[in-house]
Amino acid sequence: MLIPHPLLGPRDAQEFVYLGPAALIDRPQITFPLTDASAALDAFHVYLHERENPAGLHRELWFHEQGDRSWLVVTRDTRTHDIVGAELATDIARAVGRGRGPEAPPPANKDTA
Amino acid sequence: MTYSGFRVFWEGLRGNKGWRPVWRDPDPKAAYDIIIVGGGGHGLATAYYLARVYGQARIAVLEKNWLGGGNVGRNTTIIRSNYLLEGNQPFYSFSMKLWAGLEQELNYNAMVSQRGVLNLCHTDAQRDAYRRRGNAVRMSGDDAELLDAAQVRQMAPFLNFDNARFPIKGGLLQRSGGTARHDAVAWGYAHGADKLGVDIIQNCEVKGFRIEKGMMRGVETSRGYIAASKVGVAVAGSSGLVMAMAGMKLPVESHVLQAFVSEGLKPTIPGVITFGAGHFYVSQSDKGGLVFGGDIDGYNSYAQRGNLPVIEDVCEGGMALMPMIGRARLLRAWGGIMDMSQDGTPIIDRTPVDGLFFNGGWCYGGFKATPASGYCFAHLIATGEPHPTARFFRLDRFRSGHVVDEKGMGAQPNLH
Ligand SMILES: Cc1cc2nc3c(=O)[nH]c(=O)nc-3n(C[C@H](O)[C@H](O)[C@H](O)COP(=O)(O)OP(=O)(O)OC[C@H]3O[C@@H](n4cnc5c(N)ncnc54)[C@H](O)[C@@H]3O)c2cc1C
Repeated sequence: MLIPHPLLGPRDAQEFVYLGPAALIDRPQITFPLTDASAALDAFHVYLHERENPAGLHRELWFHEQGDRSWLVVTRDTRTHDIVGAELATDIARAVGRGRGPEAPPPANKDTA
Repeated sequence: MTYSGFRVFWEGLRGNKGWRPVWRDPDPKAAYDIIIVGGGGHGLATAYYLARVYGQARIAVLEKNWLGGGNVGRNTTIIRSNYLLEGNQPFYSFSMKLWAGLEQELNYNAMVSQRGVLNLCHTDAQRDAYRRRGNAVRMSGDDAELLDAAQVRQMAPFLNFDNARFPIKGGLLQRSGGTARHDAVAWGYAHGADKLGVDIIQNCEVKGFRIEKGMMRGVETSRGYIAASKVGVAVAGSSGLVMAMAGMKLPVESHVLQAFVSEGLKPTIPGVITFGAGHFYVSQSDKGGLVFGGDIDGYNSYAQRGNLPVIEDVCEGGMALMPMIGRARLLRAWGGIMDMSQDGTPIIDRTPVDGLFFNGGWCYGGFKATPASGYCFAHLIATGEPHPTARFFRLDRFRSGHVVDEKGMGAQPNLH
């Protein structure tokens, strides 16, 4: 399988590590203090365990471990292994307001000089 | 029809004219008491034990293709009961007991061959882990022996003991483990179930469920609607697709696993040898072919075929372990769809729909489980309660945290 890396062009899928569905980007946002622990548990259970597992187009996370170490969202047909497209996962995460965009302040870390 | 040595002899004298089909080919009836979806090993075994042990009648098995075309006819046929965890080992132990008497019980030659399964180890830490696992196996009443390098050398002198990265330091041997003829297991259970009146209906794909007020009413199929108040789903790699028709999302991903067979060779490999560190395991079929495999490809797939990198990886593992394999030619490679669960352990449980039962999440290890899986699923469907050896295989264990994670990999299906 060749993955059309948005920055590097077509790369052998062997250079990548597969994680799972792109929905893993949508980690539940829990705000503290917790008001409903059971609802939080439900949300994380669904996030962590339950899978769409479609036969057909699947958006999934691949990590370019032996390349530029970026995370990609690859769209692939699970019936044929045909790869339809690939995007940078950071772009997708930022588009839905997740991840640390350039506009977000750097995380406060007082321990490191 | 009953099979025996005498029968083979007699038919031989009479030009083999007396053989009858191994099972009938009935048309589906309008209604059954129990419908099993999926005519693989697990579905057929379930129907058999429902009729044989639990006295149920009016049972149908619906299979979308032909019997034995799924994983039951694609696996590398290893049977064993050398698991570590309390949730798993009693179940596989029960399965091995059923395997041992299977052919007599079914009156069908499934070529069950308890020729031993040897897991190789390469480091002190791995040997310690095997000692622990072996002890767990023995405490459950099954057999396990820890071999040192000299004992392994005696069993399998052709292995590469001095590989620089993975020198062989010993192994964990289970003598009662071995292999069975995979499709004969499907045919045998089909034969046994058919004799007890189970309707086995091929080319009949389940396309939907009729569920009213949370109760199972029946299934929509490619051959029309069939009513049943109890439906058991045992469709292995298709679990996610079929249960989605009942509105459920499972803790399961479908992945492809490949297997390989070489040309026929003279007997060389005594039993099953696994080289986990090198992603390779091998046995020799009765026809002489080396049957081998490795890890899953690692990405979601319903393609029933894998890609070249894994073929290369498996063959490299083979070359590292037993260099002589390089002289053999690869005849065939194929793939099957694995229902990889989030903790590597199966599910045999009720569902939120009254009358709908689920059996799946077998990963790459469900062949050895076939008899016990069928038995326990039949128990669940007939009595409504889990069989004692399968009580850990709950669907809600992921929500509650009672996972049975044999490998300790966490919730990542492609790593189990
Ligand atoms: C390459 C490979 C090697 C393996 N090696 C081993 C091994 O050495 N040891 C071991 O223990 N296990 C092994 N396994 C795993 C084992 O084969 C499976 O876990 C087990 O066979 C699954 O159960 P089954 O036999 O019921 O599945 P299957 O035979 O796949 O049965 C499921 C059936 O359901 C049918 N179905 C699907 N959807 C529908 C529908 N909508 N309507 C009707 N029918 C439907 C399918 O057509 C199929 O026939 C291996 C698997 C593979 C692929």
